[in-house]
Amino acid sequence: MSDTDLALVSVLAQGLPMVSHPYRAVGAQLGLDEAQVMARIQAMRDSGVIRRFGIIVRHHELGFKANAMSVWSIPDEEVGKVGRLLGDAPEVTLCYRRPPRLPLWPYNLFCMIHGRDRAEVEETIGALNRRFVLGAYPHAVLFSTRRFKQTGARYGRPIHQAAAAE
Amino acid sequence: MDEIDRAIINTLQGGFPICDQPFAAMAEPLGLTAAQLLARIIKLKADGIISRFGPMWHAERMGGELTLAAMKVPQERFDEVAGIVNSHPEVSQNYAREHALNMWFVVATEKPGRKAEVLAGIEAGTGIPVHDMPKIQEFFVGLRFEA
Repeated sequence: MSDTDLALVSVLAQGLPMVSHPYRAVGAQLGLDEAQVMARIQAMRDSGVIRRFGIIVRHHELGFKANAMSVWSIPDEEVGKVGRLLGDAPEVTLCYRRPPRLPLWPYNLFCMIHGRDRAEVEETIGALNRRFVLGAYPHAVLFSTRRFKQTGARYGRPIHQAAAAE
Repeated sequence: MDEIDRAIINTLQGGFPICDQPFAAMAEPLGLTAAQLLARIIKLKADGIISRFGPMWHAERMGGELTLAAMKVPQERFDEVAGIVNSHPEVSQNYAREHALNMWFVVATEKPGRKAEVLAGIEAGTGIPVHDMPKIQEFFVGLRFEA
């Protein structure tokens, strides 16, 4: 990334200014004009450096009080197929293949499921297991019991600022 | 939160326009003025429903590293260990979960190589092994919530 892009990342990490011309306000902090800022953000979106540009919600405050990490141990030759099925399911908010860590952790496919309460999440996971016939695979559901931190990743900010914001 | 707030949340998690007056562009279909929309966003942020307004980054494409890590923490040390883990600014999320591996956190770094340093620092600071589980394949990252 160019120095200008890194500086832009740093300014955007503090949130888009809540003003009628936000890109002009961002540019004013960097010595760029509005059109240059828009072009660079668009380029970062097109290249995938920015996955999404908009609001990021706190799911718990929005009423999604329960979240579970639902994990399965799927043979290597099938995990891609099962991952794509689960990833396409509308109830799933994240789906990754990760390495197992034996002996404590035999699971290699991870999905996050959010819901209003625990019963709703359990019902959703049960339905996924039935729909995709996953009953034969070792499986675990890890509800979260406490949230210690949810800041979102911080990029382009001096470490002392990030620490002060906790 | 009313119906308009819900519409704001559902719409603005998607794409925010890149044009000279993006709030005005978003406000119109919601039946609001730009000033009304801004006031509602500021309120939702103050209420803690919106955590951030801006980009969700792709760590690896920025040249950084991202991983999920887990630890088996004795119950009586839980708060102390959480304090050590959370003291690292690279830790962006940390949840207690129901399993022998009972602490799960996300590490996001700007530079390659830094992840290993953070995880080693947590192991050294706590004396507890850290199980690193970086993604091998990504099937879906939606992370959108209907209000």
